[in-house]
Amino acid sequence: MAATDMTREEKARLDEAFSKLYKAHLRDVYSYSYYRVGNHHDAEDLTEQTFLQAYRHFERAQRESAGRPLRPWLIRIAHNLAANYYRDRARKPQAPIDDAGVISAPHTTEALVEDRDDLKRILEGVDQLPDDRREALIMRFALGMDNREIARALGRTDGATKVLLHRAIRQLEEIVKQSEGSTEP
Amino acid sequence: MSEQFADIETLLKRALSPVEPPKELEARLEVTLGSLVDMAAEELEAWELRAMRDPRNWVRPVAAAAVGSTAAVGLVLVRTQRRRHKRRREAHGAADLLGRTMRDLAREARRVADDVF
Repeated sequence: MAATDMTREEKARLDEAFSKLYKAHLRDVYSYSYYRVGNHHDAEDLTEQTFLQAYRHFERAQRESAGRPLRPWLIRIAHNLAANYYRDRARKPQAPIDDAGVISAPHTTEALVEDRDDLKRILEGVDQLPDDRREALIMRFALGMDNREIARALGRTDGATKVLLHRAIRQLEEIVKQSEGSTEP
Repeated sequence: MSEQFADIETLLKRALSPVEPPKELEARLEVTLGSLVDMAAEELEAWELRAMRDPRNWVRPVAAAAVGSTAAVGLVLVRTQRRRHKRRREAHGAADLLGRTMRDLAREARRVADDVF
C-alpha cells in the first residue's frame, strides 16, 4: 500500500475496512491453513503471513474486487503460501483429527468411538485426494464457501469447480469404501 | 458405515469443522497489524511534509495539469474543425471566414472550460 497515493482519510478508511475483513475472516483463514498443513504451529504462521500479505495488497484488491466479497482473495493468498510452504520445506500435511475438536455433540462411549473412527476415516480419505480436490473440499466444508467463491479462490470457472467438487466427493467415497473393506474381518 | 455413504457430505461437514484460532494468535496479529497501520500513517505524514518542500514531488501535479491542458486545447480544435464546411458556406470572403473561425474557437473554448472546470 503506497502511502504516497492516498490521503490520510482514505488511508484511515482503508485500515478500518481491513480491520473488518480481518475480524470477519480470521477463523476462515486459520481453518483453511490448519487443514492444509495439519498442525496448529504452522497454521498460525501461515495465517499470520496471509494477513500480512493481504494488508500489503489490500488497496488494489478492494479496487479490483468492485464490491465482490474478498474472502476468495484471502483464501487464494493462503493457498499460494501453503503451496510455497510445501515446496520450501518438502513437508506433507499431517492428519488433523486429534486436536481439531471435531466431536462436540454428546454421545455414548460406543457411539463416540464409532463416530470418531468414521470421521478419522473421512479425514484420512481427504488426505489421499489430489491437492486441488482436497482444497476444494476444505473450502466447501470447513469454510462453507459456495461454488463461485471456490472458483475465484482456485482461479477456475464455476462449471469446472462444480465438476471438481463432484469428483472429489465421488473419489472420497471410493477411498472410504475401500478402506472400510480392507479393515473388515 | 455403508448406510452413511449417502450422507458423506454430512460426515465431511463434521470432519472438516471450522477450527477456532488460538487467542494468542489473535492478540499477536492485532499487535502486528496495529503497528503496520501506525508505521504506514507515520510514513504518510512524513511524506506529506516532505512533499511540501521537495520540488521533485511537484512534477506529478504539474504533469497532470499539462496533460489536461493539452487535451482541452485538442478538444477545442477538433470541435472548431468540425464546423469548417458550414463556416465556408456561410462566409462572405476571407476576412469574414477568419472572423467566423475565431468566434467558433472562442465559443468552443468557453464550452470546454465549462465542461472541465
